[in-house]
Amino acid sequence: MNPRADILPLVLDDVSFEINGMRLIKDLSCTFEAGPRTAIIGPNGAGKSLFLRLCHGLLTPSAGTIRWAGPDGANSVTAQAMVFQRPVMLRRSVAANVDFALKLRDHGKPDRTVIIDEVLGRCGLRRLKDNPARVLSFGEQQKLALARAWALKPQVLFLDEPTASLDPAATHAVEEIVQAIHHEGTRIIMTTHDLGQARRLADEVIFLHRGRMLEYAPTETFFTEPKNDLAQAFVKGELLWWKLGKDNRRAGGYEIDKAPRRRN
Amino acid sequence: MNDISDAFAAAFAMVAGFDKDLAEIVGLSLEVSLSAVFIATVIGLPLGAATALFRFPGRKVIIVVLNAFMGLPPVVVGLIVYLLLSRAGPFGVLGLLFTPTAMIIAQVILVTPIIASLTRQVMEDLWREYEEQMRSLGAGPVRSLTALLWDGRFSLFTAILAGFGRASAEVGAVMIVGGNIDHATRVMTTAIALEVSRGDLALALGLGLILLVLSTCVNGAAFLIRDAAQKRHA
Ligand SMILES: Nc1ncnc2c1ncn2[C@@H]1O[C@H](COP(=O)(O)OP(=O)(O)OP(=O)(O)O)[C@@H](O)[C@H]1O
Ligand SMILES: [Mg+2]
Repeated sequence: MNPRADILPLVLDDVSFEINGMRLIKDLSCTFEAGPRTAIIGPNGAGKSLFLRLCHGLLTPSAGTIRWAGPDGANSVTAQAMVFQRPVMLRRSVAANVDFALKLRDHGKPDRTVIIDEVLGRCGLRRLKDNPARVLSFGEQQKLALARAWALKPQVLFLDEPTASLDPAATHAVEEIVQAIHHEGTRIIMTTHDLGQARRLADEVIFLHRGRMLEYAPTETFFTEPKNDLAQAFVKGELLWWKLGKDNRRAGGYEIDKAPRRRN
Repeated sequence: MNDISDAFAAAFAMVAGFDKDLAEIVGLSLEVSLSAVFIATVIGLPLGAATALFRFPGRKVIIVVLNAFMGLPPVVVGLIVYLLLSRAGPFGVLGLLFTPTAMIIAQVILVTPIIASLTRQVMEDLWREYEEQMRSLGAGPVRSLTALLWDGRFSLFTAILAGFGRASAEVGAVMIVGGNIDHATRVMTTAIALEVSRGDLALALGLGLILLVLSTCVNGAAFLIRDAAQKRHA
């Protein structure tokens, strides 16, 4: 493994994000160094997708700063890629979807042909390459989104629930692809609801709950002895909103606010 | 009854025999409407796309005006263009009144709002879907815009066809600014209006048939394009 670290580390300093006065991400500080794979877990609506969007630069924090602190941090945009929770397919063929992304990075034509063939092959999409992308099955679309991101050889890759709604075989295939991308030196930051997947893929885990980071620990530690009792409950599969009841609780040094509960 | 069947027979004979007067009128109609649609497309596509993608001062005003102008009565547009181009008007010196150019100007005013508004709707829907992905890939405004125009090409083409439908069917505006002058500004719709009032049903019917075929083809094409696009891109 040979981590390329030009734009990393990514430093978040006291980041908050609010929409219409609702604070959705609260006082979040952390640093992502080059190397390990990070899994972000937490209940629905915890703010995982928002967190990835903030890191990726699609949203601007309402307070605090997000900074690519590496020597090449100024050129961070072209060194990252993201696969969204709902894959966005251009109204073009499978191959043209990848081609579009590569053109934006100024790859020449022969170069693009080679890369397209490689990533589609490795994602098991080669036989579909001339099909319109939007009639692919959801799982195939997710693989194509991954292939498109991979083609860009990003230094940092954000994955928002890359295997949600995939069958076990497809999930396995996607996990293998993520591993391969990781072995090429790309920094993986992903969200997942699959705790087994977090165990398999991640070197470190972040636990988010109602917009707060309640725990950030190596995977091993997180699953064997989570410090935070909400994280503990989550790992054990207890319903969080159930446990949060009448009184204000302190959890891992963080105040859990009494915001109206959201059930998903 | 006899009159009408005679008229039909005469009409078919004219169409089948490529009657010179008829051909001239059809030719001018197509020339005026196609020119107007071409100009309206050149103005309307970028205008509609820009109002969909970018936030700039005056954007809301443009949107409201375009929407309001979509349903503008052709006679009113004709009247306004007439006033502007008449000898006493601000553009009177150009001497454009009662020329095909005046008719094209009037139709551009009628068609541009339709093409621009439909373009804006198409582009807004696409942009809502694409925006984050485009920004994530690092596509700037120009690349995003061209990608949207390309991916929305089927819907945009039907928008242009809708514009052509309006242009080729309207009579009020071209009648007022063109004057329906024989061999100069007579087009299908104005000719039909005139011939009917004069009682020459054969020519009117012949033109009517051609107009009918034309509008059926335009609508059919729009349908087929939308259908094909839906099959391909769900
Ligand atoms: N544009 C928005 N306007 C208002 N509220 C929003 C907006 N985007 C997100 N939220 C709210 O922010 C919270 C966090 O959303 P987010 O999508 O990050 O959750 P998540 O952790 O990714 O959940 P899931 O596991 O369901 O994907 C949710 O309660 C959501 O309703
Ligand atoms: Mg999410």
